[in-house]
Amino acid sequence: MRVNMTVNGRPRRADDVWEGESLLYVLRERLGLPGSKNACEQGECGSCTVRLDGVPVCACLVAAGQAEGRDVVTVEGLATRAGLPDGKLSAVQRAFVDAGAVQCGFCTPGLLVAADDLLARDPDPSDADIREALSGNLCRCTGYEKILDAVRLAAARGGGGAADEAGAEDEAGGTDGRAEA
Amino acid sequence: MDFLRPDRWEDALAAKAEHPTAVPLAGGTDVMVEINFDHRRPTHLLDLTRIRDLYAWQTDGPDVRLGAAVPYARVIAELSGPLPGLALAARTVGSPQIRNRGSVGGNLGAASPAGDSHPALLAAGAVVEAESVRGTRLLPVEDFYTGVKRNALAPDELIRAVRIRKAAGPQQFAKVGTRNAMVIAVCAFGLALHPDTRTVRTGIGSAAPTPVRARAAEDFLTAALDEARCWETGRPVPPAAAAEFAALAAAACNPIDDVRGSAAYRRHAVGVMARRTLGWAWRQYTDGTTGERGERCA
Repeated sequence: MRVNMTVNGRPRRADDVWEGESLLYVLRERLGLPGSKNACEQGECGSCTVRLDGVPVCACLVAAGQAEGRDVVTVEGLATRAGLPDGKLSAVQRAFVDAGAVQCGFCTPGLLVAADDLLARDPDPSDADIREALSGNLCRCTGYEKILDAVRLAAARGGGGAADEAGAEDEAGGTDGRAEA
Repeated sequence: MDFLRPDRWEDALAAKAEHPTAVPLAGGTDVMVEINFDHRRPTHLLDLTRIRDLYAWQTDGPDVRLGAAVPYARVIAELSGPLPGLALAARTVGSPQIRNRGSVGGNLGAASPAGDSHPALLAAGAVVEAESVRGTRLLPVEDFYTGVKRNALAPDELIRAVRIRKAAGPQQFAKVGTRNAMVIAVCAFGLALHPDTRTVRTGIGSAAPTPVRARAAEDFLTAALDEARCWETGRPVPPAAAAEFAALAAAACNPIDDVRGSAAYRRHAVGVMARRTLGWAWRQYTDGTTGERGERCA
């Protein structure tokens, strides 16, 4: 079947989609967006977290057909969604780099989407709020302390969205390329 | 596999009548796991996410009529007043991502004995609206669970809504698991005080082939509170009565040994949770507090 949806602000179409296929598979294998990671395929790990009509969900548990006509934001769209030009990092992405919150990197995209959503809802979250918001994202490197630091850092720099452009500009340069490699 | 995508409830019922093997799909938190792991290859997936009625709730006399697909996140945000037990249970479901998608209707459809909403529904009192092109059936939730992952739905029926009795008194919920998030219950317990009828109701999760009420425990405690004139005086539940209530709740279990816990552990833990939830709820009833869980109980 054919599925049409808006992904990171652009209309996209996928053809020959199997009816039992997940949104995650469509994003990664049909639309060339491998940022959302495929790990547990059962909603346990949060590595595939995307926003569906603004709400964070596990893309592995959304049937592709359910995304028809919906709005999807993946980790690839966080910076542009915040009004930043191509190649720039969003505030949360920048904070993860600066705080050393990225180890193997596999859980990072899901954590970024979840953290971005938290800061959009609550620019000044308590530690308990951060833990709760990230409780559906597993880091098997167990790098949680640095991840919590990163979210605190992003919040201290002014939360999510374009407001953090200034924070991102501070240290723009060498690390951009590395972070996105 | 066919993907059916009705926009209206009537069309969903017609599709289910025409394709009784179609699997209803809303949040996908159970069904998509089975498909991803090749445990299930239904002939048809019946996507219900376009039917707006399923995402609405209304107050209906003494009940809240909860649309089958209202996600847990909204139960927590919007219904913790009239449905405090269900809202507490909803907080323990999966993770934020799962609570944004999973629903009470899905919990009932899956009918896993470990479903988090079941103990709260049993304790509050709830009726499942099962609908087909033939009409509507109203099934008391205790009659809805018929076996492990089996329910009383006919092949052409869909769950339209759940009518849950609004709380007339404090309700509590407890769940045993290895951590606070992403945990399938080892076992769970729901308790509701009903001061209007001076009764107590319970629900046990994941400690029998189906979710069950601990009826002997309910009857015992209802009589004990009456005899000790606890409802009118607000005096504490006699410790011996609380202990017997816990023992009867444990005796209502029919658990198995599995990877999450042993039968003996489950039986023991249900007794502990029964005593604790009674302590929390009774404190709320007598002094109007929120039943702070940090405090010690009976």
